[in-house]
Amino acid sequence: MTATAFSWNIERHDGGVVLELCGDVNSAAASGFEAAYERIAGEEGSITIDFSGTDFINSTGIALIVSLLAKARAMHRPVIARGLTDHYREIFRITRLSDFLTIEEHAEA
Amino acid sequence: MRPFRRKPKAKSIAPPEERTAVPSFSEPIEIPDHDPLMAYLLSAAGPIELDKVDLDSPVLRSLKEAHVVLVVPLISQGELVGTINLGRRLSDQPYSTDDRKLLAGLASQVAPAIRLAQLVAEQQAEAEERERIAHELQVAALIQQTLLPKTLPDIPGWEIDAYYRPAQAVGGDFYDFVLLEDGRYVLLIGDVTGHGVPAALVMAGCRSILRSAAQQHSDPGEILATTNEALIVDIPPNMFVTCLCALLDPQTSTFRFANAGHNLPYATSVDGVTELRATGMPLGLMPDMQYDVVEAAIQPGTALVLSSDGLTEAHNPEREMYGFGRLRALLGHSYSDTGLLKSILSDLDEFSRGVEQEDDVTLVVVRHTSSARNSAAVFSGVTELGSFELPSAPGNEREAMDRVLEMVGSVGMPSDRLQQLGSAVAEAAMNAIEHGNKNRPETPVSVSVMVDDGAVHVSIGDKGMTDVPLETKEPDLEAKLAGLDTPRGWGLFLIERLVDEVITSQNDDGHVIELVMRLEATT
Repeated sequence: MTATAFSWNIERHDGGVVLELCGDVNSAAASGFEAAYERIAGEEGSITIDFSGTDFINSTGIALIVSLLAKARAMHRPVIARGLTDHYREIFRITRLSDFLTIEEHAEA
Repeated sequence: MRPFRRKPKAKSIAPPEERTAVPSFSEPIEIPDHDPLMAYLLSAAGPIELDKVDLDSPVLRSLKEAHVVLVVPLISQGELVGTINLGRRLSDQPYSTDDRKLLAGLASQVAPAIRLAQLVAEQQAEAEERERIAHELQVAALIQQTLLPKTLPDIPGWEIDAYYRPAQAVGGDFYDFVLLEDGRYVLLIGDVTGHGVPAALVMAGCRSILRSAAQQHSDPGEILATTNEALIVDIPPNMFVTCLCALLDPQTSTFRFANAGHNLPYATSVDGVTELRATGMPLGLMPDMQYDVVEAAIQPGTALVLSSDGLTEAHNPEREMYGFGRLRALLGHSYSDTGLLKSILSDLDEFSRGVEQEDDVTLVVVRHTSSARNSAAVFSGVTELGSFELPSAPGNEREAMDRVLEMVGSVGMPSDRLQQLGSAVAEAAMNAIEHGNKNRPETPVSVSVMVDDGAVHVSIGDKGMTDVPLETKEPDLEAKLAGLDTPRGWGLFLIERLVDEVITSQNDDGHVIELVMRLEATT
């Protein structure tokens, strides 16, 4: 494993958007993360965050997700987490993020 | 017909003046089954006067030449067990009716006793023969043991374990390690068809050929091909040898192997169980065979498991087979078990309890414990896995995590706990970078990693001299989501939830946080 720079991509579907994250979700990802949210802030429907492209989320990354979740909740937009590894599903459980967003079941490898 | 001995009674009862005239039979007389006298004696109702018998019998002639005049057959259960042979009476009178009755009565009592004595003697001889064979098998087993490696290779960064249990006193399985001049090892595991002495004899020959080929070639495929050509000349019909030949390079952590019809090896690690596939014909079946070579990179923390079919084809009392599925499942959850070989054997014994071992069982486990440059140094029960320093720059927490995980990868910690430790290390390193060292790259963060019998200890130090405000209470997520609290503040909370113990201290050099993670979760 090596550190990888953060990048993002947005795909729109009926009923919501998918925010695809790639790279480490840490302090270096803060500006990109916020910029990505700004692109979808005025829209409606669910926000699916796809973590398939990331294998590192630290506490700063958790804070970025909390921040996005707070904004989405204020807009009554459901948030879905996709592509989380077992480890980060556990992190979401520990932090209780899983109580406030929906975690998609992943296909077994 | 069982041979029997008789000493002419005439010798002891003949008058002294005739003794010199009586031939002395020091050798036993054997009556062959085809001699007419045999049938005559078996059908006789009692003592037989030889001068009244006219048969074309060499034995009869011999008896007459020895001046035997009366023969009393000793018959037990329809079998002639001997005769009483008498010469002339001292009075020179013919034997009377009373004499013959007396002799017939004597024969009826003596014959069963002689038969019994003969049976006892036969059983004693058979017991001695069995004992001799058992002794020879013991010696053969000892000789075969000498054909197996007396010691296992001691390779820094690698652990090797091997086991061999024949189904009978001797067997046809074998394993071997051949050290090459350049420090690489040829690893051999094989299985001769059948078991017992025939398989053991072929095993001994095959092993010698393989060792010789391993000294000539360093390519596993060539070793097998060369052995096949030599073996096919002499191997008995309907016999063959399966063999996996591998070249282990401890320096490059590569495992190059070719396979002559043997069980495929498994590689098991935190990433799962992988079957290392290579195929080829068994040795000794067909000439001009070629064997493909497959190379696998063996990462630290990976164990290679090589076995013979005596393991996977063992049965339980319900006649179910142990099978590859059960082995694979065991390897999947025991990959980090440093006693993996014993775990496999325990599982096999549990599975086949009460069932006689059907085939030889051979197991070899090769575990890559660490890369050579990170070879662990053991200090009185505690092993230092390594230490390093990092500049205090944002993002370097990821490097701290990666390097710690690389060091800890060989100690056998389950994957989920390993990842939890990694995240905790990243959080602690980030705290040291941001809060302790204030993001000053020139002020390094130090990291050291140790393991004792049951846990990994990661110490992360910074140069901070002021009390570091550490989050100790559980973050209020509702407040954060409502915008009433900062979204940050998860670091120490995560550390405390992810590892088993957190010890913080401050000394003249700065802060140290020690993360303790047991190898196995406690229930």
